[in-house]
Amino acid sequence: MSEINYNYDQKVLPKKVLNIGLGLLVVGTGFGLIGLLLDSQRFLLNYLIAFTFLISVAVGTLFLVALEYVAGADWSVPIRRVTEFFSSTVPFLLILGIPLLFNIGSLFHWSHPEAIANDKILQSKAPYLNTQFFIIRFIVIIAIWSLFWFILSRNSKKQDTSKDQSITKRNIRYSAIFIPVFAITISLISIDWIMSLDPHWFSTIFGIYFFAGTVLASLSVVTYAVVKLYENGYLHPRIKKDHLYSLGALLFAFVNFWGYIAFSQYMLIWYANLPEETYWYLNRWEGMWIYVSLLQIVVHFLVPYSVLLSQPAKMDPKKLKFAALWILFAHLIDLYWLIMPNYHSEGGSSWIYLLEFAFPMAAVGILCVVFYLNYKKTNILPVGDPKLEKGLNFKL
Amino acid sequence: MEKKLFGVTALFNTPDEIIKAAKGVRESGYVKYDVFTPYPIHGMDDAMKLKPSKLGYLTLGFGLTGTFIALFSMWFTMAMDYPMIIGGKPFFALPAFIPVTFELTVLLATLATVIGMLTFFFYFPNNSHPLHDTTFMKAVSHDRYGVCIESIDPKFDITKAKTALSGLGGYDIQEIYYPEKSDIRLFDPKFIVFLIVVAAVTSGAIYFALNKLVYMQPFTWMQHQQKLSAQAETKFFADKFSMRPKVEGTVARGYIPYEFKGLAAPTTEIVNPTFPSEKNLALGKKKFLTFCSPCHGNYGDGDSRLRGQFPNPPSLHSAKVRGWNDGNLYHVLVNGQNVMPSYESQILPEERWAIVNYIRVLQKAKNATLEDIQAVRKEGK
Repeated sequence: MSEINYNYDQKVLPKKVLNIGLGLLVVGTGFGLIGLLLDSQRFLLNYLIAFTFLISVAVGTLFLVALEYVAGADWSVPIRRVTEFFSSTVPFLLILGIPLLFNIGSLFHWSHPEAIANDKILQSKAPYLNTQFFIIRFIVIIAIWSLFWFILSRNSKKQDTSKDQSITKRNIRYSAIFIPVFAITISLISIDWIMSLDPHWFSTIFGIYFFAGTVLASLSVVTYAVVKLYENGYLHPRIKKDHLYSLGALLFAFVNFWGYIAFSQYMLIWYANLPEETYWYLNRWEGMWIYVSLLQIVVHFLVPYSVLLSQPAKMDPKKLKFAALWILFAHLIDLYWLIMPNYHSEGGSSWIYLLEFAFPMAAVGILCVVFYLNYKKTNILPVGDPKLEKGLNFKL
Repeated sequence: MEKKLFGVTALFNTPDEIIKAAKGVRESGYVKYDVFTPYPIHGMDDAMKLKPSKLGYLTLGFGLTGTFIALFSMWFTMAMDYPMIIGGKPFFALPAFIPVTFELTVLLATLATVIGMLTFFFYFPNNSHPLHDTTFMKAVSHDRYGVCIESIDPKFDITKAKTALSGLGGYDIQEIYYPEKSDIRLFDPKFIVFLIVVAAVTSGAIYFALNKLVYMQPFTWMQHQQKLSAQAETKFFADKFSMRPKVEGTVARGYIPYEFKGLAAPTTEIVNPTFPSEKNLALGKKKFLTFCSPCHGNYGDGDSRLRGQFPNPPSLHSAKVRGWNDGNLYHVLVNGQNVMPSYESQILPEERWAIVNYIRVLQKAKNATLEDIQAVRKEGK
C-alpha cells in the first residue's frame, strides 16, 4: 500500500473553546435550575427543548456520517471528522434524558391513569403510550444509536493507523443498515418526546418534519464549525471553497426540504379541516403564538433561502456562518413552537421568561465541550481513508 | 474562392492534459478559444477562468414571473371574476394556491433556463457551425479532449497558434475553415413531397387521436344507467312508455282542477280574482301573444295568418264577446270552444286571468268612445 504524506500537522485548538463551552454549560444549567425552582413545569419543557435540540444535532450528525459512506461522497471526507466529533454526543443523551424520565408525570398528560380512564382516544393509544414502554423505547433507541456511533467512529479512527481500506467497505455496510433504522427511530423519538405532549393530535408527517429540522440543525452545526476552522487554518490547506460550497448547497437543499414538509403538514390539515387535527394549529394561532407561527415562515424558510440562493453566497464563509447560526436559532424557535404551547399555567412574572435561554445555552455549551475533547484526542483529518486524496482534490 | 479560416484545433488524450492545455492557452493571452470534452470536467471553469454564468438571472426572473402569473390568475379567477366557495375556504385561499404557484414558478424557470441556454448560449437555430462534421468534433464527442483557438482572437496568428498548441502536447493539429455556402432550394420537389407527407400524416394522426382515441370510454356506467328517459322507450313498464299518465283519482301537486270542466258554460259566475296592474297586463300581453295571437291576431281582430285555412277564428271585439263577463272568457280559455282546444295544460290560472285582463284592455282600446278619450286626457293632466 502506498503511503501518502499529507504534509499535515494538527494545530492545537485554543483552550478558549473549552472554557466557552464549560462557561455556557455551567451558567445555562445554573439559571435553568433557578427556573426549575420557580416554575417547574415551564422549565421542564425548556429542558425538553434543549434535550430535543441535542438529539437532533447528535443523531443528525451521525446520519450525515452514514450518508457520506452510503452515497460514496468524496468531498466530505476531509471534513468528516468534524461531523463525527459532534455525533459523539449520542451516548450522553441517555444521561441527559434521565431527569426527564423521572418527570414523565408532569410532562405527559397520557401518563396519568385517571386521564386515560375518561378518554377513549387515550385508551386506544395506551398500548403504545404508557410509561414502561416509553422508557424502554427511549433506552433501546439511544442504545441502538450509540452502538452505530461506536462502530462507525471506532472503525474510522482505527483506519488512521491501520490504513486498512476494507474498513471503509465495512462502514458502508453498517451505514446502509443504520439509515433505515434511523428513519424509524427518529420518527419514534419525535412522536414520543414532542408529539405525545399533545396525545390527541394526529399528524402522519410529523416524523419527517422533525427529521428535516434534525438534518438542518446538524448541517448548520457542522457548517459553522468547518467554516470557523477553515478561516483560522485548523483544517488541511487543500480544503477549499468548493468544499464549503457543497456544505452550503446541502444546507440550501434542506432549507427547501423543511419548507416543503412544514407546508405539506399545514396544508393538508388546513384543507381537510378536521377538528381533531386543526386544534393543534389553532392553539398556535392564539395570542402571541400567531406571531411565532408566522415568524416561522420568515425565520425558518425565507431568510436562509434568500441568503443561500446565489452561487457565490454558498461559498462565502461569512454568509455561511451567518446562515448556519441563523438556522440553528430557527431550529430552536421551531422546537419552542412545537413544545411550549403545551404549557398551561396562569400568571407567572415575565422576567423569568428570560431564563428560557438557559437550557439551550447549556446545550450549545455541551456541543463545544464535546467538540473540544474530541479534537484533542483525534485527528481532524481521517488520514487513513482511501477517499481522502480524492476528497482533497475535489473541484466543482 | 478563398476559404475563410475559422480556427486551429488540437487533440489531447487525458483530462489532466486538457486542463493544463486550457490553462496554457489562457496564459498565452488568447481570449477567443474553447475547450471540447465528451463530459464535464471538474476544475475546467477555474482553468479557463470562466466567469459565473449569467443564466441564473434569467432563471430567477422567469421564476418570479411564474409566481406572479400563477398568483394573479388564481386571484383574478377565483376571487374577483367568478368567486366560488369551495370547501368553506376563503375566495383567495392562499395555502391551496401554493402548490400551483410553486409548479408554475418551477415550470417557467426551467423552460426559460433551457430555452435561454439553447438560444443565447448555443445559438440554437444555427446548425452550420464550422466545427460540425469534422474529425475533430467526432473525436471530442467520443473519447478525446480538444482545444480550438478561433481566428477572430486579436492575438491570432496561424503559425504561432499551431506551435503553441503543439507545445502544450496537442496532436492532430488542424485548420478549420468555414463551410461553403450550401445551396438549398425551398421548392425542391422532394422537399415539397416531404411536406405533403408530413401534413397528411400529422393531420391523420390528429384526426384519429381526437375523434377515435378521445371518445374511447374506459367505462360507461354513468352514461348507461338504468333510468327512465323522457320521450324514450323503456322496458320497465308493460306499455313501454317512460312518461306515465296521471293515476286515476289523483291531482298533480300545485294543480287546482277547474270546477266547470266539460260544461258548456259555468253554472255560477266566476269572479276575476286579479287586479289589472301594469305588471299583470304585461304578463297577459306576453301570454296572449304566445298562445292566442296565432289564431286571433295580435289585436284580437281574428285576422291572423290562419285566416282562410281554417274556419275563421272569431274576432274578440264582437258585441257577443264584449258582452261576456270575465268568467265566461276564462271558461272558454280553459275549456275550449268549437275548434279552439283547451289551453288548460299550457297556461297557469294566474296567467289565464292576466290574458283575460289583457283582452279587456284590447276591447276597450278598439271600441273607445269620445268620453273615454276625454277621461284619459283628464287623467293625463
